Amino acid sequence: MTAHNHHWRKAKNGLMQSLTCVCAVLVILPLLLVFFQLVARGASSLNWAFFTQLPKPAGEAGGGMANAIAGTFVLMLLASTLGVPVGVLGGVFLSEYSHRHLNWWIRFGADVINGVPSITWGMVVYALMVLPMKGFSLLAGAVVLGLMMIPLIMRTTEEVLQLVPTGYREAALALGIAQWRVISQIVLRTALKGIITGVMLALARVGGETAPLLFTAFGNAYWTHRLTEPVAALPLQIFNYAISPYDDWHRQAWAGALVLILLVSSINVCVRVLTRDRFAKRGS
Amino acid sequence: MPNATAESKPAPPAVPAVSARGLSIFFGNKAVLKNVTIDIAARAVTAIIGPSGCGKSTFLRSINRMHELNPDARMEGEIRLFGDNIYSRDVEPVVVRRRVGMVFQKSNPFPTMSIAENVTVGLRLNGLRDKKLLTERTEQSLRMAALWDEVKDRLHAPAISLSGGQQQRLCIARALAVQPEVLLMDEPASALDPLATQKIEDLIIELKKDYTIVIVTHNMQQAARSSDFTAFFYLGDLVEFGATTRIFTNPTQKRTEDYVTGRFG
Repeated sequence: MTAHNHHWRKAKNGLMQSLTCVCAVLVILPLLLVFFQLVARGASSLNWAFFTQLPKPAGEAGGGMANAIAGTFVLMLLASTLGVPVGVLGGVFLSEYSHRHLNWWIRFGADVINGVPSITWGMVVYALMVLPMKGFSLLAGAVVLGLMMIPLIMRTTEEVLQLVPTGYREAALALGIAQWRVISQIVLRTALKGIITGVMLALARVGGETAPLLFTAFGNAYWTHRLTEPVAALPLQIFNYAISPYDDWHRQAWAGALVLILLVSSINVCVRVLTRDRFAKRGS
Repeated sequence: MPNATAESKPAPPAVPAVSARGLSIFFGNKAVLKNVTIDIAARAVTAIIGPSGCGKSTFLRSINRMHELNPDARMEGEIRLFGDNIYSRDVEPVVVRRRVGMVFQKSNPFPTMSIAENVTVGLRLNGLRDKKLLTERTEQSLRMAALWDEVKDRLHAPAISLSGGQQQRLCIARALAVQPEVLLMDEPASALDPLATQKIEDLIIELKKDYTIVIVTHNMQQAARSSDFTAFFYLGDLVEFGATTRIFTNPTQKRTEDYVTGRFG
């Protein structure tokens, strides 16, 4: 091997390494861009009123997104009451009961549904709930988000249950414990952190959805008092303000986007903290 | 101690603890156990030996119907537990497993539970709520498993904070807490260091005063040291069964001799 050859190899190696490094950094660059943009344009509009007041009519300065922030939380909570039990129990079925053919179809279905564009979900629930109930509603918004959560939670639940060693199931069954108790008291408890992680990731995903809510929750400039009334949500409010012609609303939209991304990021940070010590020891 | 007088009759005349007749087990089309007939004596230690894949674990798991966890499993013949047919149509596996406890190769205390919770889990999840009885049974089971003195001051510490050997004895205590009649052990010491293995073997000899023990082992010395009877399995057949001293000193089958002297397997 000649020295020239050796240098060329080293140069090639260095080149490839730099190239892959640049590409890897490009992944986080948009995140930084988004974040700086939002802080630069939205932070100045973030104040106490933003979190506590209703939106002001067009042309009036001030006001806030209190109803949209609360609406997003209520939507996420109600969506969870549908998405979490169905998703978790579905995941339990996939992981713990073996029905080879049925399982294949359910997994396939869940993966296809995960790929359905969210606006399609909105239209389906619009047709199935909004039209028959003759109005946009908080309930329809929660249902559409809940439906979107089901396949996400189901698949992550299945995955984390599969991580529970078979030895625990066998040990419990060998004690003469009935299978549903083995699942609920041993397997689910062992996988609890992973399941919570899956639920939070699903929440982070649907929390920022706008399209399905356009057809269901619709948005509301005031507080919502009933399940059957339209409700405001952060993504909807951002959308409506962003397409408006008013500068003040634009600034509020930026602030809303900042709050939304902080909300989603904080959920993701919680997930990180939770999963960091997944295999750590736990006292009783 | 190995019982030399049982030479000509492997099982005493009393009702055997476990009695298999023409037991065959299939996984799909593969026969893993072929026409096994054996009587396992009560309050004695029976060792099951044989090379990997000979069906010894499957035999063990058929005694508490754990092999049924494999959906392709199918059995022929019958197994009686103190005279009761455990494969009878009206017998639930759950009921069989309460009478036949099991300890696995890899210790598997439940990681979400404390030491004490692990011991009583079989009782609690079967509906026992009596706090006093649970506390009693915790101490009793841990004493029987020779673990009490080491853990009595930290019963509420996580079970997985124990050492490997202690975890395995905890699993034995957990199995004993539901008061089974038979205790199955699937290579209980194969993942442990010599000192911890010694403790498990001492424990086995202690436990046979009250329990019938069936132990699968790859360790010839362990079988010779701690069992009264030994069954040698090879390729799904029960080749030879008899008093441990005889199997190890004077086997009648060439294959048994080759295996126990280390010529194969």
